[in-house]
Amino acid sequence: MFDKTLAELAQGLENGDFSSVELTQAYLDRIAAEDGKYNSFITVTGEQALEQAKAADEARATGNAGAFTGLPIAHKDIFCTEGVRTSCASKMLDNFVSPYNATVVNKFNTAGAVMLGKTNMDEFAMGSSNESSFYGPSKNPWDTDRVPGGSSGGSAAAVAAHLAPAATGTDTGGSIRQPAALCGITGLKPTYGRVSRFGMIAFASSLDQGGPMTRTAEDAAMMLNVMAGFDPNDSTCMQKDVPDYTADLSKPLTGLKIGLPKEFFPDDLNPAVAQQVQAAIKEYEALGATVKEVSLPNTALAIPAYYIIAPSEASSNLSRFDGVRYGYRCENPVDLEDLYKRSRGEGFGPEVKRRIMVGAYALSEGFYDAYYKKAQQIRRLIKQDYVNALNDVDVIMGPTTPHPAFKLGEKTSDPVAMYMEDIFTISLNLAGMPGISIPCGMTEGLPVGLQIIGNYFAEEKLLNVAHQFQVATDWHKKTPQGI
Amino acid sequence: MALDRSDVEKIAHLARLQIDEQDIPEYTKNLSSILDLVDQMQAVDTSNVEPMANALDAVQRLRADVVTEENNRDKLQSVAPAVENGLFQVPKVIE
Repeated sequence: MFDKTLAELAQGLENGDFSSVELTQAYLDRIAAEDGKYNSFITVTGEQALEQAKAADEARATGNAGAFTGLPIAHKDIFCTEGVRTSCASKMLDNFVSPYNATVVNKFNTAGAVMLGKTNMDEFAMGSSNESSFYGPSKNPWDTDRVPGGSSGGSAAAVAAHLAPAATGTDTGGSIRQPAALCGITGLKPTYGRVSRFGMIAFASSLDQGGPMTRTAEDAAMMLNVMAGFDPNDSTCMQKDVPDYTADLSKPLTGLKIGLPKEFFPDDLNPAVAQQVQAAIKEYEALGATVKEVSLPNTALAIPAYYIIAPSEASSNLSRFDGVRYGYRCENPVDLEDLYKRSRGEGFGPEVKRRIMVGAYALSEGFYDAYYKKAQQIRRLIKQDYVNALNDVDVIMGPTTPHPAFKLGEKTSDPVAMYMEDIFTISLNLAGMPGISIPCGMTEGLPVGLQIIGNYFAEEKLLNVAHQFQVATDWHKKTPQGI
Repeated sequence: MALDRSDVEKIAHLARLQIDEQDIPEYTKNLSSILDLVDQMQAVDTSNVEPMANALDAVQRLRADVVTEENNRDKLQSVAPAVENGLFQVPKVIE
């Protein structure tokens, strides 16, 4: 049962092979037995899950089941869940029981989904390894001495370890795609504005986007069908019709034009990663695609621009955590300033503090033009690179990450080395375009991810292109040893 | 761009963050290396480039100025550290 995709589980529920209560209980038992190894969940919501499962079974019995009714999933602990702790993996919110639901959570509830629990992540989604979590790092199921990636590391580890058939994630600089690549699963970052950010604890508002983390592209399409759509509560959510993302999955790829940016295949790229990605592209050629070189000349500027924009927005967003209205408050403050400073100083971890300070510095008097404005100008250049490239090709492909999963602790002492992990994913957030990572090979027992990038609102195309690869190959079916 | 201890103290104050004395050298080093990284931007001529705040150049959506929410004060304050009579409690500000 645990190796089944959402689509297969939906069929099993429909056929009456098992009930949602049975399915949910089986996953809860498995989490209880196995998650000690992976630390992929911060909170398991067994009681509520079984209530939701029971309601889903009743809906099915009365002929009111939809495509998602009774399917269990996990939510990244950045999505607010009413009545359930929503920690964002921070001491700051360790005691925070959200009084309302994120729009994404409401949408899954309305669709009849069952929430198994809340997954581990980097604190406030700031990190590429899950090591900044207040609850300790999640571990990579392929090798528990290695990181699962981040920030949505718990979601990726849970899906890879078969502790949930699918999970939600969020992606500000690669936080869905990079952990998906390192854990050998499928992860889609939609176009900015496709999925509501309401109730998704804000990190960098102009970059944050929620999306699905699944075993297959077909499952990602099922998830996106639930997640996508306009929300009046999110002022940047796009008013645009939501197609049925499963409708185009079977389209043949004959004539597909793939662009390979030379900047995504630098000389120092891990040779095994390069080889697996090239093999995947050969597979696409066998499926009828043609390949041409394209250029994204400003790629190297993406990380510098991102590390102004994201910390600046974070510094502004995280000013709400002041020890007054919710979250952590220090003991015995002597005055209001002491209350603010110590609540924040004690409540936030070191990476969050670093980014808040970078942002505060960049936005401080006299520096705005040199930093924030400059970064926003570079952001336009990066967008223009993608627009130009996608005038010539349908999709852009390359590795999701420069190398496979690294060891726990390997990069924690050097923030800049950690930031370079996101070299291939970060520019897409700046451009606001969608991208998907799918497993495309293995090296030394670790998965390699292929990133597929498309134009604005081209999620259907990306899912089609990813699905066709998964019909032709079985990399997405590889499972870590012992799972 | 190298920062010194007093820069870090000033930034921490701006951000209302208490930083432990013994951690200041580490923050100074890390923040300096991050600023070195972002300084790569300065090599690019962007004089004719319009800054981009939203990838789709979307503008703020407005709505009619009417009441859409009910009063959830008690529910929202249920997660506050200290509340009295519907007010958030903080240390005395005015003597």
